[in-house]
Amino acid sequence: MTQQPGSGFGPDLAEVFGPSQQDGGPELIQLLTPEGERVEHPEFSFGVGMSPEEEAEVVRGFYRDMVLTRRIDTEATALQRHGELGIWAQLLGQEAAQIGAGRALRPQDHVFPTYREHGVAWCKGVDPLDLLGLFRGVDQGAWDPEENHFGLYTIVIGAQTLHATGYAMGMQRDGVVGTGDPDRDAAVIAHFGDGASSQGDVNEAFIFAASYNAPVVFFCQNNQWAISEPIERQTRIPLYQRALGFGFPGVRVDGNDVLATYAVTQAALQRARDGQGPTFVEAYTYRMGAHTTTDDPTRYRLSDDVEHWKLKDPIARVEVYLKRNGLADDAFFETVKDEAHELGVRLREGCKALPDPSPLGIFDHVYAEMPEELAAQRDGFAAYLDSFEGEAVR
Amino acid sequence: MTQKITLAKGLNMGLRKAMENDPKVLIMGEDVGKLGGVFRITDGLQKDFGEDRVIDSPLAESGIVGTAVGMALRGYRPVVEIQFDGFVYPAYDQIVCQVAKMRFRSQGRSKMPIVIRIPFGGGIGAVEHHSESPEAQFAHTPGLKVVACSNPVDGYWMMQQAIASDDPVIFLEPKRQYHADKAELDESATPDPLFASRVVRQGSDVTVLAYGPMVKICMKAAEAAAGEGKSLEVIDLRTLSPLDMGPVLESVRRTGRAVVAHEAHVNLGLGAEVAARITEQCFYSLEAPVLRVGGFDTPYPPSRIEEDFLPDLDRVLDAVDRSLAF
Repeated sequence: MTQQPGSGFGPDLAEVFGPSQQDGGPELIQLLTPEGERVEHPEFSFGVGMSPEEEAEVVRGFYRDMVLTRRIDTEATALQRHGELGIWAQLLGQEAAQIGAGRALRPQDHVFPTYREHGVAWCKGVDPLDLLGLFRGVDQGAWDPEENHFGLYTIVIGAQTLHATGYAMGMQRDGVVGTGDPDRDAAVIAHFGDGASSQGDVNEAFIFAASYNAPVVFFCQNNQWAISEPIERQTRIPLYQRALGFGFPGVRVDGNDVLATYAVTQAALQRARDGQGPTFVEAYTYRMGAHTTTDDPTRYRLSDDVEHWKLKDPIARVEVYLKRNGLADDAFFETVKDEAHELGVRLREGCKALPDPSPLGIFDHVYAEMPEELAAQRDGFAAYLDSFEGEAVR
Repeated sequence: MTQKITLAKGLNMGLRKAMENDPKVLIMGEDVGKLGGVFRITDGLQKDFGEDRVIDSPLAESGIVGTAVGMALRGYRPVVEIQFDGFVYPAYDQIVCQVAKMRFRSQGRSKMPIVIRIPFGGGIGAVEHHSESPEAQFAHTPGLKVVACSNPVDGYWMMQQAIASDDPVIFLEPKRQYHADKAELDESATPDPLFASRVVRQGSDVTVLAYGPMVKICMKAAEAAAGEGKSLEVIDLRTLSPLDMGPVLESVRRTGRAVVAHEAHVNLGLGAEVAARITEQCFYSLEAPVLRVGGFDTPYPPSRIEEDFLPDLDRVLDAVDRSLAF
């Protein structure tokens, strides 16, 4: 139901927002079309300050990143099908959103990911093999969050947006915001999805970030689906427009356009580093795969929609662009293909070789200072394991 | 040099000392700044340490704890105030899923030196959601430590020790004691460890176990019992997770009888765990089952009848008599 114009409650919202906009609507920031054509945008541009050679080099880098990220994803999906992983959260179709955002980061910028940020992890130098441990069930995060400035994957939807905001508040207190020194000034990026936008924590994170002007970019990959629930179940207005209600800017970028995502995220991160506060970036994309390997999207969505989004593939458009403009030769594409193959082999073999944790490791790192009672439980369990004759069980 | 202080003052002084000793200590919560907190526990701290270190937060408990997690990851030691016990539940997910588990899931790489202060318990005539005792919900969660102070001197020392701990600590403050009694504080004394229970009155007939607001009541009960020739040993548990059972077991082996008292609901409360441990470890010393005295298994009632809900001196003595008569 929409209210009548002139009712005293403002304009007819159906007129303001129009019908459901499958392609992101006119506000979508795009610099590279699905057909591989560069287009201009009045406020955001890619390649400023770069020579044509440098620019081509960066775009080739994006292409390589996206191909390798997709390979991580397909390899992990296959590993799950082979029973080597318990579950895998696929990113298929979201490579540009993640590589564009990930490559906009400086080393000192800190990432708070969901469980699907495999491409951002790649950009931050996290070994993709380390990502598999969580999904194989041998650990709950094998990388050091401070070493690469990439936090642990967060399973509880949206909880990490508050951590990101608090971390950004810490940066403010550390004096690494708005100093003008590009090697010093830092920002935080909080990743989340369209489903998480309904969580209280995400909305509280917006409020805290706005209130303290925290240097955080809220990067929402709107992939249209929260498991089986379409975006219409989460919101009645375009997500990026919510930011205004919290008092900071929001933009919608073509999340399948790596150039636009890079340009927009870089600008948002720079605002944050400069001390101008939070920004909401809605990367408009599509979850081409299932929610996870346990999901069956044929039960709730039309294959026509998937076919429609296949035409917007984030990698294909860059490939067309590079080839059509003579910015990459066959040898380049062959090299990337070979690299992807090698990465796949390494992940396949490495995953199977990941050791199971020791049963007594259950007791490690619960506390900085282990209580006596827990130590007694551990010792009792050790004695119990030792009581089995024959094969060693620990 | 000694001075007479209330619990509110002891906590305030403890916070101040911790902030002086470590620039990474931050305070955050609702109304903790200019107002000094609704109970004035943070009185004067923002004036002296600035708005960057004593932070008035938006009214969102999950936000308070969630951002504290981020600050801790950045190397800070946040002390957050939950204004009242009944308001902690919006932050429950962040406390249980994030604060409690971060060290474990990061294989020890990420520390959570966070103190979550919660004024708890009833007896102040408050409206609903202002008088609850949620300690068991946190004591049941691995990764958290839970302590309850009962007096001004402990308030001063335990606050500093909790802030210095690299583990997250749920710090329960008996709100009806904030301004009730004064005690002599000697800042040059050596405090007991944080995670230690303490015999606060020696006796030989029944061991009475309490923490937070019930310590004072059990001490009065012991006094009254002494008039009738019954000798009660009172132990202030102080730490609820981990429990420090050493002094408890030692005492029960002597008395053969134990009564556990808390304001929280009896069903699955701390008393149940204490009773189980005593039974497991002192079975042949027991002359009677361990008895529990606590709030009824009902929601906290309207304040005009809260005295009927709360265990008082007589209900403690009734349990003592039942134990002795067993």
